[in-house]
This record gives sequence, C-alpha cells and structure tokens, in this order.
Amino acid sequence: MPTLTMNGITVEVERGTTLLEAAQFLGLPIPTLCHEDGLAPYGGCRLCVVEVVNGAKKSLQSSCTYPALDGLQVFTHSARVEKARRLLVELYVATCPQSKRIQDLASAMGVRQVRYDAKHEHCIQCGLCVRMCEQQMMAGAIGFSGRGLHREVTRPFDTTSDTCRQCGACLYICPVCELRCAGPDAESTLCNGCLNISTACFQTYDNAMCSLDPCHACEIDGPFRADVRVKLQPQIEFPVLAKK
Amino acid sequence: MPNHGAYPLRSLEDLQAVAELGRQRISPAQPKIMIGMATCGQAAGATEVLEAVREVVAQDKLPYVVSETGCIGWCSQEPLLDICIPGRPRVTYGRVTPARARQIIRALPEPKPQWALATMPGDENTLTGYYTSYLAGEDTPLRGVKSYRDLPLFKRQLRIVMRNCGLIDPASFEEYIARGGYTALWQALRTQTPQQVVDGVTKSGIRGRGGAGFPTGRKWQTVREAPGSPKYVICNADEGDPGAYMDRGVLEGDPHSVLEGMTIGAYAMGASEGIIYVREEYPLAVARMKDAIRQSEVAGLLGANIFGSGFGFTVRVVTGAGAFVCGEETALIRSIEGKVGEPQQRPPYPAVRGLNGKPTCINNVETWANVPVIIARGGEWFASIGTPGSKGTKVFSLVGNIENTALIEVPMGTTLAEIVYEIGGGIPGNRECKAIQTGGPSGGCIPASKFNLPVDYDSLTAAGSIMGSGGMIVMDDHTCMVDIAKYFLGFLEDESCGKCFSCREGTQRLKEIVQRISEGHGVDEDLVLLEELSWMVREVSLCGLGQTAANPVLSTLRYFREEYLEHIHHQRCPAKVCRQLITFAIDPVTCNGCGACVQVCSGKAILGEKNKLHTIEQAHCTKCGACMDICKFDAVTVN
Repeated sequence: MPTLTMNGITVEVERGTTLLEAAQFLGLPIPTLCHEDGLAPYGGCRLCVVEVVNGAKKSLQSSCTYPALDGLQVFTHSARVEKARRLLVELYVATCPQSKRIQDLASAMGVRQVRYDAKHEHCIQCGLCVRMCEQQMMAGAIGFSGRGLHREVTRPFDTTSDTCRQCGACLYICPVCELRCAGPDAESTLCNGCLNISTACFQTYDNAMCSLDPCHACEIDGPFRADVRVKLQPQIEFPVLAKK
Repeated sequence: MPNHGAYPLRSLEDLQAVAELGRQRISPAQPKIMIGMATCGQAAGATEVLEAVREVVAQDKLPYVVSETGCIGWCSQEPLLDICIPGRPRVTYGRVTPARARQIIRALPEPKPQWALATMPGDENTLTGYYTSYLAGEDTPLRGVKSYRDLPLFKRQLRIVMRNCGLIDPASFEEYIARGGYTALWQALRTQTPQQVVDGVTKSGIRGRGGAGFPTGRKWQTVREAPGSPKYVICNADEGDPGAYMDRGVLEGDPHSVLEGMTIGAYAMGASEGIIYVREEYPLAVARMKDAIRQSEVAGLLGANIFGSGFGFTVRVVTGAGAFVCGEETALIRSIEGKVGEPQQRPPYPAVRGLNGKPTCINNVETWANVPVIIARGGEWFASIGTPGSKGTKVFSLVGNIENTALIEVPMGTTLAEIVYEIGGGIPGNRECKAIQTGGPSGGCIPASKFNLPVDYDSLTAAGSIMGSGGMIVMDDHTCMVDIAKYFLGFLEDESCGKCFSCREGTQRLKEIVQRISEGHGVDEDLVLLEELSWMVREVSLCGLGQTAANPVLSTLRYFREEYLEHIHHQRCPAKVCRQLITFAIDPVTCNGCGACVQVCSGKAILGEKNKLHTIEQAHCTKCGACMDICKFDAVTVN
C-alpha cells in the first residue's frame, strides 16, 4: 500500500486511490468542478490541482486523476497552488459569470477582479453531463465534438437522438446551468456578494489551507487583504500542519 | 518486388546476395538519371520533369536508367535532377523544368556545366563508415561547378538519419540493403541479447527526437522490464508543426531505416507488434511505408522467425486524422485505439500501461532511424558526436526568410549562427536577421543577438524555447513579433484538444489579448495579465501542448518586450506588419503613374489616371499590401 504525505500528514492509502480521494479521506477540501463520485475521473477543470513533489520534480497535477504513489509529497494549498487556482477561477468567472458555483468559488478564494471581457458562454465543458449520460444513465446520447475553439457538447450529428430518454440527468449534474444568485451587484461580471459575510480569523499559515472554509475574513480584514499583507504569527501550534 | 530466390533471408550471405543486386541498381553500367520525387519535389513540378525524362529516353531510345529518389534536403532548388555516369561524379541540376530536362538528357554525356548546381564525387555512409568514390580515376571537376563537399550547405552536415535520403530509390528494398541496411538487424538478432541492445542504446546517450528529449535507453529499459504481454512499439510520425517536415523527408526518402530501427527496438523490448502512426496528410509517406512493410514481409524481415532467430514481429500503418495534439503520446495511443485523441494523465506512463493497457514504447521517426546506426557502429561511436547532454545529430527544416531553404542534419551543439549564416546562407535581400523560431508552435523565438547559442536540448530550454521536433523558422526585420505570437496562438487555440479548461480557454484569451495589442488597443496591464495567464496555462495544463502553449508569448515578451510596448504606447508597429497600425501612401516624387497599383487594388482605393500621380484613399484601403508588391519603382510606402 502506497504511503505518502499530504500537507505534512503521513497517510497510507489503497493502491489505485487518487490524490483527491486521499485528500478527502483526510478532510482536506479541494475545489473541483468536473469531479463527482460515481463518475470516472476526468481532469478537465484543473481546479483540483495540487503541488506534487515526486523525487526532484515539483509540479502541479490534477488530484482527481493523479494516482497516490509511494513516497509522494503533496501540498493541497501551497502558495503556488492557490495562485494557480485564483487565476483559473478568474478565467472561469469571465467565461461563465452566471454560475453561482463559480461565483462562490471566486468569493471563497478571494478573486477580487476579472480582467477579461465576459463571454457568457454557459458551458465550461467539464464533461459531467457526458459522463453522467454514459456511465450512470447508460445512454451515451451526448458527447464532445470538435477540438480547441470548436469543441462542444452535442448529440451525434447535431440531430435529435433516439438514444436520449430525456431523463434530465445532464441538467441535474451541470455545475453551471443555474440562475445567478442576487448578490449586491448582480449585473457585473464578479459578484463577490458573500464577501460581506465577515467572520473572525484565528490563524494563518504559509502554504497551508485555512481551516474555516469558506471563510472570507482574511479578504476583508485579515492578513491576505490585498493592500495590507501583514503576516500574523500563529498562536496555537497544530503539529499536523506543515509550516514553511 | 521480384523474388530473387534468396527469400526469406536467413543469413548474412543472403543479405550480401541482395546487396549485390542493389549495388547494380545504385550504380548501373549505363548512365542513370535520378529525380527527387519526394513531396517537396513533386510540389515543385518533379512529376512533369520525370514524365519528360521518361518520354525523351523512350523516344530517342537512349540506354539510360531513369530512377526516383527521396529528398536530399536542398528544398530551395527543387525539382532536382541528377545524372550519374559510371566513373564520373554525380552531377546535380536544380530548378529543372521539363524543357530543360529534355535538353540536359539530349546533351549527354556532355554535362552542361552552366546549369549544374553541384557535383558529388562520392559519398560517406555513416552506417558502415566507408567512403564510396564514384570516380574511375582523377576527380575532373566540371568547369565552375562546386563539389558538394565545398558547398556551405552540405559541408558542415553529418548525415546519420538522412544517410540514404536522396541517394537511393526509396521504393527499392535492394538499394537499402546495398547501403548496409538490415545488417544491424542481423547483428542485433544473431549476435546480441535483447539486454545488450538496450545497453548499446543507453550507452549512445540518444534522447527522444520528438521534442521532449527523454533518454531513449531509459525508456527502452522501462518497457523491457514492465510486466505484460503483448508489448508494442510505436513510431510517432504525426508531424504537425507549421514549417517542419523532417519526418516526412525520412519516411519518403528512406522508409526501411525506420522499419529496421523498430524491429531492433521490438527485439530489445520483447514487443511483437509495431504501429506506425502517420498523419493522413502525408499520402506519399503512407504509401512508401506500406510498400516497405510489404517488401520486408516478402523478404522475411517482418513476420515470424526473422533471420532464423525465433523472434517474430509485425508492423502496420495507422493514419491519423490530422489533429496536432495526436502527436502527444497518450493522445496518439487513444487515437490508435479508436477513441477521441485527448491526452491522458501520466503516470501511468505508456512504457508501463500504453496501447490496450500494455507496455508501449513510442519513439519519433528520427529516433527509430538512428537505431540501426547505433547498433552497427556501437553506442560509443554515437556518443562521441554532439555535446555532453545531447548526443548525435539532429535534422532541422530550415525555412522562412533564409537563402537556402533546406532539410539539414547537423551534430548537436552546432550554433544557431552556423546554421543560419553558414549552412542557411544568411537572409535574402541584404536584410537583418531578427530571430529564429525553434520547436514549432510550442517553441519560442530566439533573437539574433543570442545566435552563439549551441543547439542542444538544454541550451534551447534555458533560452526559453524548446528543441521540439526540429522546425526552424528564420525571421528577418520585416517580421513583427506581436504578429508572430498572434499567429502561433491562433494555431494553438485551434489545435488544443480542449479537454483542459486552462489550455482551451487560456489560449483563446491569450490570443484575444495579443490581438488587442496588435490592433493598438492594448494597455500596460495587458502585459502583466499575459504573463500571469501564461504562467497559469503552463503550470496547470495536463499535457505537453498546454504546458508549452504560452511559449510563443513568453519568449517574445522576454526578448522583444519593447516591441509590445511600442504597439501599446505609440500605436505603432515597428516592423510595419500589424494592419490596424499602418497606412499605405504613394510617394509623389517616385510615382510615375504606371497604373499597376490601380489594377491590383481590390478595394478600388487607389485613384489617379495613367501617367499621373496616384493617391490612396485611406477610407477604402484594406491594407492588403498588393500595391506595394506590384510597384516596380518602390513608390508605395508604409508608415
């Protein structure tokens, strides 16, 4: 059985476990848009990237597809990971601003600006509907066509499909087909309404996740606020957390 | 292929017998006319030349042999015609038209030196290490015609992969064997254990020629040790970089070298099936390869019990449907399996779990073509060529604003300056060289000031580019780097498979920003955004395509930042390329009113009567530049 460390915690998992499953086992929340239990891992949304140290190589890997191998060192919330996720979520908001799930992620991660023109493209091509249709509903009525710029989820030959039973599972699982929440400034690209909910912040650690997730205190009056990046000294020592 | 009674080949003596037939074909007793019939030659009109030559030979009942050959690499002079007269140097004629070909043939044996490009008094075969002279006596040079040995284009080259290209008829199995072909296979199968073969390749230090540069010996060792059966070897011939055609040159010019390399590799790794994944857009390469496989099967060099060793191996060709991303190994495997060509997570690496979940070794065309030479001459010999980190030679396609557009093979460590100014002959039209783009769309631009850089895997990576498969695009000072970045991003946004959000959306947004800058609407913050977004795309994407997709932006930003700033701050394109930022005008002093520009203007934007001054009406000008191209007096200016 492979033994690896996650954020400094040593964990032994069964062969064939993914890093995401190992993290969930340890209670480490990793954001994802294309992963759902019961569906095959896909690795398309890239939000679940974690920093993997394998020998001398340090890289970001999608935790939902990367196998838990012996001797790996994994950091789920390192500065590099957080930066990549924030930039990724900024891009998600610009592509699909009406999704509450994406807006919530943006709030939780402290994305305070969107520097791209909003596209209002509804589909983020996470592939959940395609896998749901194929692997749970046993229909396989929809799939991807084209590549790159022209890739889309569609039915074969863009016509009505005899295989589709119109069960609606694809709609049910879609993370972005939903009404936008009515935040304070619902019309703009970035909502950030949830940021107004303020909670107290206890500790912060470098390269470690905040245990109060979602917590936006850091953003408003904590050390991660954009203009005052003061580092607080942790008052209570948690031995399990890896400190830099 | 005629059966000479020697098939199936079982021993070295059998090979020698076939080689003798091949030698008679390579240097027949009567004069031989060779025409370069690779795709490059055909595109330049070689088919018509071949027809004309055949016609003349038949009409005049001339005792000449007419033969096809592959690409020798002198692309700028295609179509090429070669005359080989026994005892005399081979003479090459360039840019041959059917009419000129007829005159050359009819004038034989008088060699028409005024049209000849070069003479070849002999050639060195890197597989055997022997030099073969074509001459009966003294070298009697043609008046004013240089020898290949003295031409800057060929002088510095060392041809291992392209050892037979342009010298043999690629459709002839016998000619390949006459040049030492399949002796390395015999040597491996009959005198070495599989582990010894792997050790030889490891010792040679060869790294994958497809671009990433993974040590081939280590890959072979992994596949050899991986549990599972059957094992597969795959030849990656899905060459898709714009302006790169190294693999095509080898497949069309010397298909058996790839087959032999694959068979040796299969023996070393215990594989029983080989697949050559070629893109559909290379019909001649596909045909040549299928032909070569059939010939080898007839000769018993593919199939069961090769050379009586008990080792069996089969090869088939799979054609790809044209997706650039299928050159990535995991996507390629999915494509062979009949699934959508999208990259998969590694690990598990294909060497452990590849095609059909079995251990699979994927190497590039060039890597496979190197293998017979490594076996024949030993790993130490191969390791003596090149730099400490990169061994052997590399084939490059040298294209763009360069005098000698060519397919060249040089030892690793040759500097960019040597490649561009010596081998390539510099930039045409007395222009300044600005940069060279290496490694295809995922590569980067290296400025002319860095041309003392030796070409090897590590130096190119350190300079922000990659070796890639070997495309080199030379750019002169009339090239706008913002425009170049925009071009490659446009290619990548189309060719990204679209699975990873970061790569699909990232390339589109990168292009959007670069486009905005090229139109003069950029702001300073755009450069920060470009860098941050590029960083994210590189860090987060799954496969090599995504991880290098931002290279065109990053390398141009690194070396040509002031050009971006010029677009942003002054709405000016220094190279005068970006359409939105330039205006065309007619110089009233130089214009003589010939009316040529009025004729070509598609927007009807040029006013003026014959013999009177012409003017451009800016509102209607589409900025196509046709007037500038047609004007013989350089009266059209661009600002």
